[in-house]
Amino acid sequence: MASGVKPRVKVPKTAAAGEAVVIKTLISHEMESGQRKDKEGKVIPRSIINRFTCDFNGQNVIDVTLEPAISTNPYFQFEATVPETGEFVFTWHDDDGSVYEDKQSITVG
Amino acid sequence: MKRLHMALLAALVSASPVLADEEAELVINGDLHIVTRAPAAPHLEGHLDEVISGWVFRSDETQALQMDDFDNPGMVFVDRAMEVWNTVDGSEGKSCASCHNDPAESMKGIRAVYPKWVESAKEVRGIPAQVNDCRENRMGAKPWKYEGNEMAEMEALITLQSRGMTVDVAIDGPAQSTWERGKEIYYTRYGQLELSCANCHENNFGNMIRADHLSQGQINGFPAYRLKNTKLNTVHDRFKGCVRDTRGVPFKPGGAEFTALELYVASRGNGLMIEGPSVRN
Amino acid sequence: MTFTRRETLALGLGAAALSVLPIHARAATWDELIAEFTGGAAMADTGITLTAPEIAENGNTVPIDVAAPGATAIMVLATGNPTPPVATFNFGPLAASQAASTRIRLAKTQDLIAIAKLADGSFAKAQATVKVTIGGCGG
Repeated sequence: MASGVKPRVKVPKTAAAGEAVVIKTLISHEMESGQRKDKEGKVIPRSIINRFTCDFNGQNVIDVTLEPAISTNPYFQFEATVPETGEFVFTWHDDDGSVYEDKQSITVG
Repeated sequence: MKRLHMALLAALVSASPVLADEEAELVINGDLHIVTRAPAAPHLEGHLDEVISGWVFRSDETQALQMDDFDNPGMVFVDRAMEVWNTVDGSEGKSCASCHNDPAESMKGIRAVYPKWVESAKEVRGIPAQVNDCRENRMGAKPWKYEGNEMAEMEALITLQSRGMTVDVAIDGPAQSTWERGKEIYYTRYGQLELSCANCHENNFGNMIRADHLSQGQINGFPAYRLKNTKLNTVHDRFKGCVRDTRGVPFKPGGAEFTALELYVASRGNGLMIEGPSVRN
Repeated sequence: MTFTRRETLALGLGAAALSVLPIHARAATWDELIAEFTGGAAMADTGITLTAPEIAENGNTVPIDVAAPGATAIMVLATGNPTPPVATFNFGPLAASQAASTRIRLAKTQDLIAIAKLADGSFAKAQATVKVTIGGCGG
């Protein structure tokens, strides 16, 4: 697991049934592109988050394939429909096989 | 020789195309109004009439990143520093929280008055010097590098507790000789390009130096998340980059010269508000 | 220069290996990536928007937005980067809009291309030029 990786997610606490809510996510990650060289001229191996997903109560909201052209500390903003009270699950998949996960619940009232 | 250098600077610096909305207002999270223009402090008479935050000089997109704490990528590192704040380190079995409890209470107002004269140490210190003093002498932990990530992130956590407070560093009393030293450094030309801080940041702010929109070099936004290196940067790290760009040999981060310069530059921002962690290019 | 028989053999093997490498072993060009995504279908120039700054203050972090109502997927390419792929957004049933924002790296001034795969199987394309400035005082 890459060191110091920390996700942040912003989801409203409540919503009306069927409401569209704005979701923002950010994860601290180098996103080493595989294009850079170290001081000895050796290529620094690629090490990126290659996939990001957001699901709500088991149904998919967004599934993103990331390439090395995504900036350090990858950021996404998108909208989700909230049909009922439940839980958002966010996953970030690292090239090294690690999967970072965050969960946020939202109440429909 | 002097004329040649002035010509060189004149060639580098050109009038600004309209890049940023210089009338934009900085409101963070929709409710924290930040003063980005203020009348200059009395000691700047004859030098500047108005002091302006670096935020004003940035492009619309960069400005927007600082207007919401989620969009500001620096905040994830503040989160990380909060974990460090609560983590025991060193031989004494203490964390920052062991003595200072909640930073929202204990660190409020600190950043607005630093660097300042520390009586017990008999010197002017910036926040990083105080952090390392705690680490070495109270926690029995290793000091952090002055321009390293741990230091920048901890300073950002401390700075955040003063966000929106007016910069008010003392320049008289026991701090005066250090302030005078800082002022001397500010107006001294360094490097092969023979540039002083003032050449760019007092005489040419608002103009372009190649593709960069020159600001007043205010430090009320530090530590700053820079798009260039995608991390939080301390003031001394930025000073180092500036001196290097004059093709000079920078002073040591954390050393007496940069601490004196930090006090002087901070005093040029008296009247502006603490913005850190800010977002800059 | 002369080759020993062994060296020549090795060269021949190398060349043989090279000729059977799959297309993905080298960086695909942006037009190859488009062809792969669309299967060569024609692309409409409406139905998708791509928003990017005209001038990026730093090529390391360039904010972009894409939106294509009703799309199942949007692919973004940076035509002037050493490797053109940027990201592909796949929208699920609970996406409230087929839109997303992110921050990307651009190596130099170039055209960005976004292509949407629409629900009816057709494709739409949008393009934007971003000027990437070379800093004066990177610091």
